[in-house]
Amino acid sequence: MATAELTNPADALEAFRKEAAGWLAEHFPKSLVGKENVLATVEGGSDPDPEAVAWKRAMGEKGWGTPTWPKEYGGGGLSFAEARVLQEEMGKIGAWNPIGGMGVMMLGPTLLEFASEEQKQRHIPPICRGEIRWCQGYSEPGAGSDLASLQTRCEDKGDHWLVNGQKTWTSGGQWADWCFALVRTDTSKKHEGISFILLDMKSPGVEVKPIRMISGTSPFCETFFTDVKVPKENLVGEPGNGWTIGKRLLQHERTNLSGGGSLGRGQGPSLSDIAKHYVGTDAEGRIADADLRMRIVRHEMEAQAFKATARRVMLESKSGNISLGSSILKNVGARITQERAELTLEIMGMNGLGWSGEGFNPAELGATRGWLWGKAVSIYGGTTEIQNNVIAKRILGMLDHQ
Amino acid sequence: MAVLNEEQSMLRDMARDWANEQSPVSAFRKVRDAGEAIGFDPKAFAAQAEMGWTGVIIPEAYGGSDFGYLSLGLVLEETGRTLTASPLGTTALAATSALLLAGSEAQKQAWLPKIASGDVIAALAVDEGPRHDPSKIATKAEKSGDGWTLSGTKKFVAEGDGAHLLVVAAHTGSGIGLFLVPADAKGVSCASRNMVDARSHAEVGFDAVKLDSDALIGPEDGAALLDQVLDRARAGVAAEMLGLAVQAFEDTLAYLKTREQFGEILSRFQALQHRMAHQFTQIELMRSVVEGALEAIDTDRDDIAAKVSLAKATACDTLHLVSREMIQLHGGIGMTDEHHAGFYIKRARILENAWGNAAFHRERFARLAGY
Repeated sequence: MATAELTNPADALEAFRKEAAGWLAEHFPKSLVGKENVLATVEGGSDPDPEAVAWKRAMGEKGWGTPTWPKEYGGGGLSFAEARVLQEEMGKIGAWNPIGGMGVMMLGPTLLEFASEEQKQRHIPPICRGEIRWCQGYSEPGAGSDLASLQTRCEDKGDHWLVNGQKTWTSGGQWADWCFALVRTDTSKKHEGISFILLDMKSPGVEVKPIRMISGTSPFCETFFTDVKVPKENLVGEPGNGWTIGKRLLQHERTNLSGGGSLGRGQGPSLSDIAKHYVGTDAEGRIADADLRMRIVRHEMEAQAFKATARRVMLESKSGNISLGSSILKNVGARITQERAELTLEIMGMNGLGWSGEGFNPAELGATRGWLWGKAVSIYGGTTEIQNNVIAKRILGMLDHQ
Repeated sequence: MAVLNEEQSMLRDMARDWANEQSPVSAFRKVRDAGEAIGFDPKAFAAQAEMGWTGVIIPEAYGGSDFGYLSLGLVLEETGRTLTASPLGTTALAATSALLLAGSEAQKQAWLPKIASGDVIAALAVDEGPRHDPSKIATKAEKSGDGWTLSGTKKFVAEGDGAHLLVVAAHTGSGIGLFLVPADAKGVSCASRNMVDARSHAEVGFDAVKLDSDALIGPEDGAALLDQVLDRARAGVAAEMLGLAVQAFEDTLAYLKTREQFGEILSRFQALQHRMAHQFTQIELMRSVVEGALEAIDTDRDDIAAKVSLAKATACDTLHLVSREMIQLHGGIGMTDEHHAGFYIKRARILENAWGNAAFHRERFARLAGY
């Protein structure tokens, strides 16, 4: 409720609003409105637009791409209330955050909690400036939902670690500069034998092979480690402590993957508008297909309930309460994302099933690919079934089958 | 759970303690077994009034505490958990809202202090058929002399048997108006309907009931006012439904943790774990939208109608699911009258029907959004 949101006195917040609006007006070029490339933070590459480069540099130096992270590591040092004001002001002028990727979503918060001072100083500022692209070395061919059965070995060779094994589903592995990985430093224990290391993807012995997906794209890779030498200082926490750190990182991943951050923003036309365009309207101006109309309504209502829950979870956790609601966001977010994609496809009919080329507009081709790609959201970051296990065991106290 | 202020936390804790200690499900069973038409224990209602719960949304000037709808929702949730039989939501939230939204100073002076003290129980009489539909009101209020003559029949009026005062929706000639009608006025009749939840529902008849001019609350064309009153009533019902859903779920979970078959306790079976995880997920969503609707009313947002329909539709779907699962997962014992699972599913269906079922509110939400 209102009291919890006012962590800053209203006056100070309004002063910050002025400051933010002024800074944004000065640094965000109008030519970049609507030109956000959400894949840029993953794929990188040379950005041909010098204005986009300048915008990224300005935001990186200001720390506002990671607004609530501490200033001493390159973050913005803002309160949650200030960060929301910043987001509102950015929304007003169509400005977007050029800093992102797995470093921001997952690794940074984890390093802030578990890393040594040296590791923080070295790795967090480049994340804040958007200079280093990180990838995640978690899953293995034999370790998917049962992640703790991972086999990639990490041997202590005295002055360095030696890593051998294979990771898979490495998102953006072909573009990544660094990898945070779960590796096995002890083969005699399952969970307690796992460690969390940071690995330079340019190290000799690292090989990356993109995997072609049903959507036709290759956002994931197989990553092979053959006698890769890793400096001793790149292990985060203590050896054997990786499962604890890795699980914490997964919480950040699941919160982000739930779409809690993005669902609230404009996503172009609503399903209702798309349906009216393709299906037409009846005499009263309603979507002509009554059955489809009610399924769109059900979907939209669930999406709003999800947003209300994401907001409630945020307010509860800020007020220091334990929020049970956070555990459901991944599954509900996945359900909503996939249902929206299926409804969009149904609305577009055969135009929503084109693969490429003539006869389809970009929105239609995008819907097809998005629908296929969206099947991943209930699988990655902990499948829906694993999430249900987590809810049943951790929250509801239902025990393991014996 | 919404982030509560200190007063709200205290109120919630007080309601939880009282419900557990003074009004457990066994208290409802006594009310059911007694079979009285009023469908509640007057001593329990008097205790609620004594604690100030009948005045939670009423301003201090009229004897209330002015804590707001979310606060009263917390009480209804907690008492809903144990199926407390009480007219609290109907009198202190639904009917009171009409007076708060549009009552004249004289009307407020006359009734709010008595409602706040619990001396008067007020009920809201709108529907005339088995399904909620405020567009199908045939009851008429005709001008006669200085006042009105009211004629018609209201069906399934919640708390109709125990009410002293009725807020009645009727056609005035220029639209729908809301009228304050004392239940003992000449020409008012009340026929009890024996319902599955053993709570009061009555057919209330108005046979040329003479009313003074000051019986009208708000305008003669008050359809918009009726809609606002109904939205508050709906949010209150949704809060009670949240309490039922949470408790039905917790009781089912507790049962799965004790019942053994095949040499194992049931809660170890993954097929059941995932059904419980699904219900838990739906209840969390339900909580967000129910609290969201109450907060929207407290902060007078301009999207109260959409938020309330979202809350009521979600509450209906979720409580429906949880009450069915409660019976199924309890197995045979849940089918017996000795067990309380039946009490929950019976009350659930009554509340699902109250002021619009899920389909009603999905359609309303769709129209509001322009679908």
